[in-house]
Amino acid sequence: MTALLHFKSPLLKTPFHPRTEAANKLWSWGNWGGYTTALTFEDLAMEHSAIRNSATVYDLCPMIKYRIEGPEAADYLNRLTIRNAAKLSVGGVHYTAWVNDAGHLLDDGTLFRLAADRYRLCCQERHLPWLLDSAQGFDVTIHEETEEVAALSLQGPTSAEILRRAGFDIDGLRPFRMAEFPLGAGRLMISRTGFTGDLGYELWTTPDQALPLWDLLFDAGQLHGLRPIGSDALNIARLEAGFIITGYDFTPADICVREDRLRSPLEMGLGWLVDWDKGHFTGKAALMRQRDRGTDWSFVGLEIDGNIPADGAILYHGQKHEAGVITGACWSPVLKKNIALAQVRTKYAGGENLWAEIYALRELHYAKMMMRAKVVDRPFYAPDRRRATPPGGF
Amino acid sequence: MPSFDTIIIGAGPNGLAAAHRLASKGAKVLVLEAADAPGGGAGLAHLSYNLDPRVETAMNPAAHGLEWLDRNLATTVLSPDGNHLRLEGPVGMRIAGDLPEADRAAWAALRARLLRFAAVLSPLNQMTPPRIARGAGNPMGKLAMIALRARMLGAAEVRELGRILLTNVHDLLDDELSDPRLKGALAFEATLGGWLGPRSPNSVLPWLVRLAGQTAGVQGALGLPKGGMAELGSAMARAVVAQGVTLRCDARVTRILVEGERLVGVSLASGEDIQAARVVSCIAPKTTLLGLVGPRHLDAGLYTRARHLKARGGAAKLDLRLKAMPDFRGANLKDRLILAGSEHDVERAFNPVKYGRVPDHPGMEIVLSEGSLSAIAQFAPHAPDDRDAARAAMLAACLAQLEVHAPGIGALVERADILMPYDIEDRHGLPGGQWHAGELSVEQMLFLRPLPGIAQYRGPIPGLWLASAGCHPGGGVSGSAGWNAALAMEAAE
Repeated sequence: MTALLHFKSPLLKTPFHPRTEAANKLWSWGNWGGYTTALTFEDLAMEHSAIRNSATVYDLCPMIKYRIEGPEAADYLNRLTIRNAAKLSVGGVHYTAWVNDAGHLLDDGTLFRLAADRYRLCCQERHLPWLLDSAQGFDVTIHEETEEVAALSLQGPTSAEILRRAGFDIDGLRPFRMAEFPLGAGRLMISRTGFTGDLGYELWTTPDQALPLWDLLFDAGQLHGLRPIGSDALNIARLEAGFIITGYDFTPADICVREDRLRSPLEMGLGWLVDWDKGHFTGKAALMRQRDRGTDWSFVGLEIDGNIPADGAILYHGQKHEAGVITGACWSPVLKKNIALAQVRTKYAGGENLWAEIYALRELHYAKMMMRAKVVDRPFYAPDRRRATPPGGF
Repeated sequence: MPSFDTIIIGAGPNGLAAAHRLASKGAKVLVLEAADAPGGGAGLAHLSYNLDPRVETAMNPAAHGLEWLDRNLATTVLSPDGNHLRLEGPVGMRIAGDLPEADRAAWAALRARLLRFAAVLSPLNQMTPPRIARGAGNPMGKLAMIALRARMLGAAEVRELGRILLTNVHDLLDDELSDPRLKGALAFEATLGGWLGPRSPNSVLPWLVRLAGQTAGVQGALGLPKGGMAELGSAMARAVVAQGVTLRCDARVTRILVEGERLVGVSLASGEDIQAARVVSCIAPKTTLLGLVGPRHLDAGLYTRARHLKARGGAAKLDLRLKAMPDFRGANLKDRLILAGSEHDVERAFNPVKYGRVPDHPGMEIVLSEGSLSAIAQFAPHAPDDRDAARAAMLAACLAQLEVHAPGIGALVERADILMPYDIEDRHGLPGGQWHAGELSVEQMLFLRPLPGIAQYRGPIPGLWLASAGCHPGGGVSGSAGWNAALAMEAAE
């Protein structure tokens, strides 16, 4: 019998841990889905700067991954998710989301079509019971493969050049496509995807190839400014790109206690994902009703006066009536602006006369300020290089 | 082929009641029945105890050939030593036989109280279950009347109703009575058709539901139609046809057809498709949702909840052809006979069923007619490991029980047939062989029946309505669910 000693090390280590541990000069660790995850390796500003100016690697292993395969995998995913999984071609990736019967978001994620009858779904939260319940009546198998895949995100302007130098011909790889390459005794799948809104790739292999992959990249990236980044730097980049995170920007319906905190895709700015014509999917009837009636809540990007990040700030209309809450905010080093993502009551989502109540902690005393918030388009930052094919050789 | 605006799936009592009501209001109705004759589950029952008076008045089965042998049938509680009790009048109003005086008085009080409680709750059976939601359009006036009538019982009685509502039959009887024959018979009666023993929690409430029924205006009375309960189903079918409804037997619906998010008709086993804007499914909700609609047109959460609907049957149906009438130690063979033993025997008959096994001493409700004996035997496992072995064991156990009470009956048997719950499922489509098309237990009653969100007869897809015994108010040969559903459809128009 296996000794039950898991309590002695409550946080697991990813296959890249020997390298991330050696690089983590600040010894700054966090918990992501039960895994030891670096928050900042050395210097937050330098790490964010590398995302926008050179290249970075970020350990993606804790991301939850499901393999969904079988003759009815596409039908299954069309019933499960709000986007049309059948339209996704083999070798393609798309961003999607799924909801419960009431149309409330459970999670969002990326769906990879590995073969006609095989997909990989990557997401923030664990959903096996929901995925299995949804599989009833479909000729499909669901397999959690989080620990069977070692994944690394390689992001930044020089990422393509580093891959070239590492021997991978990715010049033809367009955004949201993937390609497979040999790696040592195993295989490497490279997808042109990421969470930074910049030129970048995600690399997928087996845990036994994790360390050779890391070393290969750092050898190739020596002269291209490659450095590991932690979750803090990634968070700034994802805010600049306008991406949401389940559990941060909305509370997933399956763990949400308060009825008025539930959010639908239409309320989270994800209405564009919904394929109303693909047939029935879970939550469709509820979402159709909401579409016809209009939403109570909207999700917006904000530019806020001043330079104090407005995390968690309450939004007011006319400095008086509560209008919403900021779910993620930062000072954007790239834009030199104070940006935020926010849930706003739809009636205030036009952005007229919107104010953020910010508390700045200054040497133990809070300074309270009302700063004007302007609704702006997302993404805040979207360089052309992220889409150029072949990618530039920076 | 004429076109229909409404298709009703299943010509059981609820399907026929709904068809009659809808047709009487001008709908063009087609009833599709999988079997070769209408009636559905009516033929499984022995007696009528809760035929909805609205249905009886409107459909008038007596005008369509139904004859009642008795509309206030007595029950003889069998004792192996011939010391029987005879319960006369509705729910044992009088008891003939050797019974302690204290028990007579206690039973009279308990009986009156149970009937009062059941009567207070009975208006719920004739309405759409309320919704627990704001602005749900609940009939607040009707609900207030029920609350008022409950309050008028007096504070002590309301407290008592609250005390016993979710308790168990065994404790309720044990508090008041001492005679094991009487307690056994009542415990058997209370759990008839359910999947619970007298000691199961919440077993009182389903009994109150049963006691809310009436026959010919008399609460708790039992009616015996000439030719059996199947005749009631046949008479209802004739009433429906006379109302202008088209009734097709041997027409098994295999799919409910959905286009976009709307229902468009049904598909038959023959391959034929029939269009209609409205389909009323009067077969079990579990079968309807899982089998006829299917996962592709339902949300995953609802589909999962439908899979988890509890539908376990605990009753077997025994039919014997006899060379001559048996002698149950002098019992009146025109009565309904209950062979149950003590309240503990009833519980002991339930215990093995929990583990998929056959009890040694099943209880039985027996109705005799010339040359035949029909019995509902409890409890029988709905999912034993070996179905044939369980069937043989159940038959042997039933015959042994009969032999104890009617010595020599075994030699009179020309032919014996027994339907186990799984046989009933195969034959009648009732999931788990559950007589009520879904267990009648507190967590599957009222606005929870069949499932919260679809308990108001409106199905999950526009155009689909659910109106079987698996919906509120539940089982028996009442037609209430079908009638209530038809009223809900009218209100929705």
